[in-house]
Amino acid sequence: MSQTGSNKDVSEENLPSEQATAHEGAMGVPPRTKSLGEVADDPFADPGLPPHEPRVQDIDKRAAKRSERTVALLFTVSMLATVGFIASYVVLPIDKIVYVWPFGHISALNFALGLTLGLALFCIGAGAVHWARTLMSDEEHAQERHPIEAPPEVKAQVMADFKQGAEESGMGRRKLIRTTLFGALAMVPLSGVILLRDLGPLPEGKLRHTLWSKGKLLVNQNTNEPLRPEDVGVGSLTFAVPEGLEEDDHDFQKEVAKAALMIVRIQPEDIKDKRELDWSHEGIVAYSKICTHVGCPISLYEQQTHHVLCPCHQSTFDLSDGARVIFGPAGHALPQLRIGVNKDGYLEALGDFDEPVGPSFWERG
Amino acid sequence: MSTSSTNPAGGTDGRKAPAGERVADWADGRLGIYGLAKANMRKIFPDHWSFMLGEIALYSFIIIILTGVYLTLFFHPSMNEVEYHGSYVPMHGILMSEAYASTLDISFDVRGGLLIRQIHHWGAIVFLAAMLVHMMRVFFTGAFRKPREINWLFGFLLLVLGMFTGFTGYSLPDDLLSGTGVRFMEGAVLSVPIVGTYLSFFLFGGEFPGTDFVPRFFSIHVLLLPGIMLGLLVAHLILVFYHKHTQFPGAGKTNKNVVGMPLMPVYMAKAGGFFFLVFGVISAMAAIATINPIWALGPYRPDQVSTGAQPDWYMGFSEGLIRIMPGWEINLWGHTLVLGVFIPLMIFPLVLAAIAVYPFIESWVTGDKREHHILDRPRNAPTRTAFGAAWISLYWVLLIGGGNDLWATHFHMSINAITWFVRVGFFAVPVLTFIVTKRICLGLQRRDRDTVLHGRESGIIKRLPHGEFVEVHEPLGQEQLHALTQHHQYQPIEAGPVVDENGVERKRTMAEKLRAKLSQGYYGQDSQIPKPTVEEYQEITSGHGHH
Amino acid sequence: MKKLSARRRHPLAALVVLLFALAVTGGLYAAFAPADKAQADTTAQSLAIEEGKKLYSVGCASCHGTGGQGTSDGPSLVGVGSAAVDFQVGTGRMPAQQPGAQMPKKPKIYTQAETDQLGAYIASLGAGPIKPTEDQYSPEGANVAKGGELFRTNCAQCHNFTGKGGALTGGKYAPELDGVTPKHIYEAMQTGPQNMPSFPESVMPEKNKQDIIAYLGTVASGESESPGGLELGGLGPVAEGLFGWVFGLGALIAVAIWVAARTAKAKKS
Repeated sequence: MSQTGSNKDVSEENLPSEQATAHEGAMGVPPRTKSLGEVADDPFADPGLPPHEPRVQDIDKRAAKRSERTVALLFTVSMLATVGFIASYVVLPIDKIVYVWPFGHISALNFALGLTLGLALFCIGAGAVHWARTLMSDEEHAQERHPIEAPPEVKAQVMADFKQGAEESGMGRRKLIRTTLFGALAMVPLSGVILLRDLGPLPEGKLRHTLWSKGKLLVNQNTNEPLRPEDVGVGSLTFAVPEGLEEDDHDFQKEVAKAALMIVRIQPEDIKDKRELDWSHEGIVAYSKICTHVGCPISLYEQQTHHVLCPCHQSTFDLSDGARVIFGPAGHALPQLRIGVNKDGYLEALGDFDEPVGPSFWERG
Repeated sequence: MSTSSTNPAGGTDGRKAPAGERVADWADGRLGIYGLAKANMRKIFPDHWSFMLGEIALYSFIIIILTGVYLTLFFHPSMNEVEYHGSYVPMHGILMSEAYASTLDISFDVRGGLLIRQIHHWGAIVFLAAMLVHMMRVFFTGAFRKPREINWLFGFLLLVLGMFTGFTGYSLPDDLLSGTGVRFMEGAVLSVPIVGTYLSFFLFGGEFPGTDFVPRFFSIHVLLLPGIMLGLLVAHLILVFYHKHTQFPGAGKTNKNVVGMPLMPVYMAKAGGFFFLVFGVISAMAAIATINPIWALGPYRPDQVSTGAQPDWYMGFSEGLIRIMPGWEINLWGHTLVLGVFIPLMIFPLVLAAIAVYPFIESWVTGDKREHHILDRPRNAPTRTAFGAAWISLYWVLLIGGGNDLWATHFHMSINAITWFVRVGFFAVPVLTFIVTKRICLGLQRRDRDTVLHGRESGIIKRLPHGEFVEVHEPLGQEQLHALTQHHQYQPIEAGPVVDENGVERKRTMAEKLRAKLSQGYYGQDSQIPKPTVEEYQEITSGHGHH
Repeated sequence: MKKLSARRRHPLAALVVLLFALAVTGGLYAAFAPADKAQADTTAQSLAIEEGKKLYSVGCASCHGTGGQGTSDGPSLVGVGSAAVDFQVGTGRMPAQQPGAQMPKKPKIYTQAETDQLGAYIASLGAGPIKPTEDQYSPEGANVAKGGELFRTNCAQCHNFTGKGGALTGGKYAPELDGVTPKHIYEAMQTGPQNMPSFPESVMPEKNKQDIIAYLGTVASGESESPGGLELGGLGPVAEGLFGWVFGLGALIAVAIWVAARTAKAKKS
């Protein structure tokens, strides 16, 4: 009747080897199967819980003592690690960088605090688990389950109680009360909804307009100087914002999110789209930097192919062909800004974008 | 055990009860803790490593809350622009929001702040991963069956809320990477027909980015979502206690019992210890590996971006959806329908819902009203297993799509080719996975059947007198025989008779026909291998066994 | 004078005159030295161009044409300037193994002297960006923070926040910037190699470039600090997710297996 209890949780892939190695099991099993098979007609019947088998620690006092010492050692290491944590906190300057292979040039404080804290916690856990595994009883118990469903008599009682309660309330009879109550309960949350109105202003035409307007100079974002046509060479890439938009303006973020511009120069004979050529200045074209898909700043400009790729979702636009979409999830071309040169020789906008920049929306049309 | 609880004088026998007991008595008089303890102190939990996946999630959630509270002590959820003059030199003089500046301070000026930030973020990564794996364990073993369907839904909601708590959390530092993610969200909200712009304006307090979203995300991240999650979590755990844990089939384990070790002391030590183990591992992760180095990313500006812009992994599949979608856009009567964004936005919850409603579909198909406490081995439910594997494969394909730029650079492939692969794979891979997984399950069922009937291959080759070589098969023990044959096999249902008992023709509803079809697909002869019967077994073993 | 005329036929007279002439020439030489030096440099320059031309016809002409006018396999080099040559040849991108849109970085083949000769030859074909001097590209005293901002505006979209590189269309990519020398970074911005757009002096002045170089020196060199620990490639959430799953959840599952496993039973035999 000796049957190892250790193999019953193991999925059956492991069973052959388990059986092959557990020799006492291999010797023990066949007789029991046969005898039980003879007793019960059903060879597949549940043989019941196997008898409990002791661990080394259960029969060998010395082994149990060893386990005890291991657990205590783990708890002691945890204490030491906490001391180490406090010491690191006090001793190590916050900006000290050390080289630790293979982690690189890292903060000594972060590394020391993290490892000591980790060790202190881990050792508590490891000690507790080792204690449970080797010293606490590992005898398996079976506990009865009870059906979740209530027995019929309980259900009957509840139904009767409910019926009585409902009748006493008069809910079913007094329809006026019921209807008005439901009405009141349904309407009260409206106040909560209405209170959300001031979360923000209405969209109105805000998404249709940017800071660009006729005569606004194109200011180079690197230098904060207005751009001249001769500054922009073929193959170069420049980012511009409208003049007057300063980084510390209150609404800088909001405005630059719509007005950011990418400027490239393409040989006029390479421009395939007629409108693009018309709106350019001697091959200098100004496109919105905001992707028409979901609004990432799109500026991975390949100067040989004139493609721009969005780093977020890989929409690809052909800047030499009206910035039409040639790949990816964007739904329409990048808006182009009409530019010219003013009398002082600076590049200027000839108006706002003629369509909303950035992602599409229902009212865009 | 104690007499003092019944004795108001507390020990007329001349002995005072120990202090602990007196405190317990005091509490029992007010909270009734002895009643609770009686039911639960020696509650039995079965041992299996896969039953601890949920614990990993639970503990990382606690760790996230602890570290999160610490972070709120230093974090300023404000989008006021400030010029940075802290310790991190490469940001000196840069304009940034207070949220970003205070996150830099936490990382460089608060001792241990960086560690706590990293524990918090690594904890979130592990939390979501553990929830998903836990959910898969529950799925593949059929632990979601009656009476646990509601708890399955609680768990599912925790996963979804966890995703959004993570999203709102990593957006708080207002760095360039997360800001790009928020921008993406704004674009997605804008794509909603009719009300999109309004939703966006209400969410951001006007035009993007405005100055409101960090404080708003902050209260959602630290209050609203964790509050709901905490409630769901408690309900989830109460139900786990109430239902008692499921167990794998085996000797002595029935649908009416639970076999394992008692809460007190074994599980107190094991589960309590495991909390510290999880915390320790996550702390060590935070010590050795950087996560979200916001100082390297820079403050958010809507006109700046970096390549390799991805969300945290749990949002990755939605990123994949949006990346592979063709750019469909319909303009009609002065309005724009942004299908290229809106369709992925709609598929995103559908992918999640597919797995969430599965238990109800299965119970409808089987029509089984019994409680199930013995877990299925995945092979014994081939259709379910195949469905789960297909779902995971879809999830994986979308994750690949979400990181297509990194796969492109690191495996030297074309980003366009990967996108096309994912576009095709979105449809093809789950179907293939379904078919292959089902085949594998059936193969394993056949193997189980052979093992039961013919015994285990012992690896010993024997030569018979007439020269033939055979392998010796060892018969299985009764435990194994039981474990391999205890499962229930459903029979496919028929769509009810066309003519009822009175000879009146009745119409079979569409639902009925569908159910019969599904049942055939689940339990028809191509979908399960009949398990060996006692007669078959006895017929084979009664002679001189087998050859 | 008499004395002089009397001795003018002295045998040493010629020598004296010669010495005098030499002295005058020397004086004149001293007086007009710069001009003369220029002349000498021109000679050196033309020598370099000659040498460069030889190197060019052996190593480059097959793709770029015998006169640098370009062929179907390689673009025209007229007007690309010595900066472009120094970058392309100095980083080993040229000579290319095969023509194409993407030229990977390789061990360089030409010495700096040879590269300069090639540069001189190419520069002689048409005016273009000149190879920068050290004080142009040296990040000494530059503003790292400003560099970071410029980098995020102009460069990060392709090269990633900290210069880890990124994907472009159709299998092309923006390379990693870790360990690229300041000179080569400067030249790349100046000339726009392959598909990279250029950022010429007119739109991104020298000072901006120095700031960017200083920023890269801080975040993208072997000595770069990563206070939080392993940088995980600096690639962001994808790498973090992988690490979290493999090492984080992996370790925790390993621990869970230990916690739940049965303790070994005592052998009875």
